[in-house]
Amino acid sequence: MLAQATRDDMDRQLAELRKRRVYVDPQDILEVVESVMGSLHGDRSSLDSKLHSDVEALANYISTVKAELAEIRADKINAEYVPTASDELSAIVGATEQATNSIFEAVETIEELSLEMSPDMAERTAAAVTNIYEACGFQDITGQRITKVVKALQSIEEKVQDLLIAFGEEAGEARRERVKEPEIESAAPDDASLMNGPQMPDKANNQAEIDALLASFD
Amino acid sequence: MAAVDMNMQILIVDDYKTMLRIIRNLLKQLGFNNVDEASDGSAALQKLRDKEFHLVISDWNMEPMSGLQLLKEVRTDVKLKETPFIMITAESKSENVIAAKEAGVSNYIVKPFNAATLKGKLSTVLGNF
Repeated sequence: MLAQATRDDMDRQLAELRKRRVYVDPQDILEVVESVMGSLHGDRSSLDSKLHSDVEALANYISTVKAELAEIRADKINAEYVPTASDELSAIVGATEQATNSIFEAVETIEELSLEMSPDMAERTAAAVTNIYEACGFQDITGQRITKVVKALQSIEEKVQDLLIAFGEEAGEARRERVKEPEIESAAPDDASLMNGPQMPDKANNQAEIDALLASFD
Repeated sequence: MAAVDMNMQILIVDDYKTMLRIIRNLLKQLGFNNVDEASDGSAALQKLRDKEFHLVISDWNMEPMSGLQLLKEVRTDVKLKETPFIMITAESKSENVIAAKEAGVSNYIVKPFNAATLKGKLSTVLGNF
């Protein structure tokens, strides 16, 4: 492209000279050549050399990344590690739900038995039962936090997959079918950005702060 | 404010069964026994259109229809728009509270919450009981 443009420019200037004179002074030709060469940004040979050098460095970089990917078995990250971690985390959610339900069964039995207790004893039992119900809220909160982690892992899995494809690894088999499953379209995409689950304690608004914010609308 | 009808129909909405059970049991302890459940906004909306409820207590983060979407649907429905609506959610960012308020939420409880907070918010929305 550059060589063609240079030639075109040179041809144009030489044609101008031919129009003006029958005899062309070699000095004029030299000036045309110098003018065209001066219009180039840098020396052609050094440009070629730099381009060659950059392409070579890029090739070396790609080769190094491919070797490193092969060494760390990036395909295994997708085929094994991430799915295993996701399954383990999902199992935690299931186990805590099951355990919480068992606690509920026991506490509801205690509540029924409290009907046979003295008023004072029944009241104290009810207070303890309430505390247990409140504490069982951990299952909901931890479940939401774990769901966030699972989504983060799935995102990592997709990025690794993209890397493997980009660097030519034969990773097709490594990708689990579930990754290819179409995402369930949310019926509420407009507030999707507001659904982030529990915040970290140091970043979350507490109930008093939320009450103050609500009151600011009045 | 008129005395609170302890027999009022309450719809609680959450995709976590344990949370539904917690809220149901806490409401029962407070004296509210007519409690129905839904696992997301669309199921809740169907129930609200099929039967009269006097209070909705809903989670936010649910699929396919979120609590905020449910709130907006309720507030734009001629028959449902006056129904008190309390959001109980782990979403504690100010932008969430503002979005819920602008959509017409009656009150907002952040998880984890305790029985006293629930009772206090019910009193604010329904009147003392």
